[in-house]
Amino acid sequence: MSTTSLTPKLNSGSVQAIPLGAIAPWAIFGLLLAIVGIYFVGAEQGATALFKGMYVHEFVHDARHLLGFPCH
Amino acid sequence: MVGNLLIRGMIVGVLAGLLAFVFAYVFGEPWVDWAIGFEGKMDAMKGMAEEPELVSRGVQSTFGLLTGVIVMGAALGGIFSIAYAFALGRLGRLSAPGTAVVVAVACFVTFVLVPQIKFPANPPSIGNPDTIVARTGLYFTMLGTSVLIAILCTMLARSWSQRHSAWLSTLMGIALYAVLMGIAMKALPTVDEVPDGFAANALWHFRLASIGIGAVIWGTLGIAFGYIAERYPLAVESTAH
Ligand SMILES: [Zn+2]
Repeated sequence: MSTTSLTPKLNSGSVQAIPLGAIAPWAIFGLLLAIVGIYFVGAEQGATALFKGMYVHEFVHDARHLLGFPCH
Repeated sequence: MVGNLLIRGMIVGVLAGLLAFVFAYVFGEPWVDWAIGFEGKMDAMKGMAEEPELVSRGVQSTFGLLTGVIVMGAALGGIFSIAYAFALGRLGRLSAPGTAVVVAVACFVTFVLVPQIKFPANPPSIGNPDTIVARTGLYFTMLGTSVLIAILCTMLARSWSQRHSAWLSTLMGIALYAVLMGIAMKALPTVDEVPDGFAANALWHFRLASIGIGAVIWGTLGIAFGYIAERYPLAVESTAH
């Protein structure tokens, strides 16, 4: 029985960090995707509008209020 | 490999959105309905005609709510996985699931709890339509400030940890975040547009439900993402001995 099996799993060595250069492009892509999603749920046809009308606003209305975005 | 983390995060985010929908429907919708009833009464007293319904209440409180929280869940899941990718192996000797939990708690505080202390969620009938642009700007300013200061404090805490213990640097980082956010809250104007006669109890429960939805989303992200990292680790998540 090796001594390592006695140490708690939480501290059994450390995880290698992912190089920043490998994260950066995905971070930008993921962030852009997230911003588009958050914009449509949280702000479209409220403070600003990309599409005419109020359909998007009215459809996600309850989510907008309950997620804490300013609405009407 | 980071792409795989992003996909995982967004899928877990959809799950988080589903659970958040159930929570929102059970604990939030009764207060949305109450507020819309209050709004109707106020409009009737002012002699205003009822607003025409573009989307019925039945759709708003079911498919609309479901769509909104699932899109939000996927978006936050994506953000979570990016924060996790940066944090992995950079937070002391924390394991992959441990990192997931710490990142989730930090995100809940940064994205939900602290911004909502300054600009709490409001049910329908609260809020002047003429100030929506200003209120939206203030809300996103608060959110952005909270995120930037959290990133700054995390980076500072990491550099302090080279000279001090992990606990001490973590506590100093949290303390600095609290102080800077206190200053930001004091600096930003306050919004108070609650109409006379709006039940304090309904407002309290609505706002609590909103924070609860955030807790369900970030809680699910932390737990489910951490579980998957432990059960099916990607190459980047395996522990080196
Ligand atoms: Zn509204």
